[in-house]
Amino acid sequence: MRKRLHHPDQDIILKEAIGQIASPARRRFLTGSLTLGGLTLLTGCDLTNSQGVETALERISRFNDKAQAWLFDPKRLAPTYAESMMTRPFPFNAFYGLDRVPRVDADSFRLEVSGLVADRHAWTLAELRALPQTDQVTRHICVEGWSAIGKWGGVPFHVFLKRIGADLTAQYVGFKCADGYHTSIDMPTALHPQTQLTLTYDSETLPARYGFPMKIRIPTKLGYKNPKHVQAIFVTNSYPGGYWEDQGYNWFGGS
Amino acid sequence: MTDPARALVHPLWLRLTHWLNALAVVILVMSGWRIYNASPLFDFRFANDITLGGWLGGAIQWHFAAMWLLAANGLIYLGLNVVSGRLWRRFLPVSPRAFLADIKAALRGRLSHADPHRYNAVQRAAYLFVMLDSLLLVLSGLVIWKSVQFPLLRELLGGYDTARYIHFFAMTGLVGFVVVHLAMVALVPRTLLTMIRGR
Repeated sequence: MRKRLHHPDQDIILKEAIGQIASPARRRFLTGSLTLGGLTLLTGCDLTNSQGVETALERISRFNDKAQAWLFDPKRLAPTYAESMMTRPFPFNAFYGLDRVPRVDADSFRLEVSGLVADRHAWTLAELRALPQTDQVTRHICVEGWSAIGKWGGVPFHVFLKRIGADLTAQYVGFKCADGYHTSIDMPTALHPQTQLTLTYDSETLPARYGFPMKIRIPTKLGYKNPKHVQAIFVTNSYPGGYWEDQGYNWFGGS
Repeated sequence: MTDPARALVHPLWLRLTHWLNALAVVILVMSGWRIYNASPLFDFRFANDITLGGWLGGAIQWHFAAMWLLAANGLIYLGLNVVSGRLWRRFLPVSPRAFLADIKAALRGRLSHADPHRYNAVQRAAYLFVMLDSLLLVLSGLVIWKSVQFPLLRELLGGYDTARYIHFFAMTGLVGFVVVHLAMVALVPRTLLTMIRGR
């Protein structure tokens, strides 16, 4: 004889099933809500195309800028590492391939300085190299998630900003690069002790693939806030945006 | 209202925080998969069709918007659970012995859900797991988002790179919970109505 299985929830399940069969309205409601849920999931990606949603996300991203500025501690240092922990080879990363890395002529290079600064003279590489230099072994964190440890050397950026008589109460410092890239940062980050006007990588002149003749190294910010091949620096109070930031990356991009 | 069978199983605040949490989790997981795809930890990617955001920048916008909903809603949920005493009433105690006994019963199809006012040991363990797992997701997420600003948390979780793995595995745990949770709801659909109507 077959053993009859008794499910402990049998009575409830049966009662419920009978209730549902008896109530077509409830059945319609249930199937309806399932379909709605399915629709939401299916159209999830299309939501990004809606203007209203995009505007709302953009607003929240601006709010996140403020939250990060509030969280940012101007004295807190990014961790530093032993040289033996450096990532070799350090990854090349840009919005173009290695074959399109700009070749900047060292002799004719001039770093342009403009905006809210007292001294607007353009700097030669020799002049930049004559300023006080420090180096750091820090972790570069990419917005994509990967990270790599490298060694950068150059002028502490706050030293440079003071040297050019920058208005340190201004809101933004912007950067324009030889490869068409541009970005901008907040003044507290610009004055952070580890923010660096970088001239060397691994104790050698900064190679083209890492941003010759100079980059801005900011270990408290994500990679896209660390511009390479910088040829112009400006201090301003009007929001300058940036190459990726204008497309939707968060502007503060802090770590 | 004196009839215990007619009493509310889930108060309104619980139902609201449950559904807001569900919304936040769906957005966070789907956008998180897109972010994962930008630099996969393992030898696979999530199909773009099941991700949210359209591209990395869009996915990050969704992720960093829904994180506020998850955090604020989660704090309200935990706060009201503690203040109302519901946390202890409904989820504790949960002993390994009771858990094993209920797991065995569940696998043999003999675990009863007849009394919606009382969670069995497996349910208790599962809900406590997902609470702690969500907490781990938030903490590892904070390390990934702000590894410089939260040094103590960063070191506790083994550094930036380790925090990415913790975040991934905690996500896997959360998705695993959701799969089982939905399967259980499908088996006992009345629980869905309870979470909507409260009784």
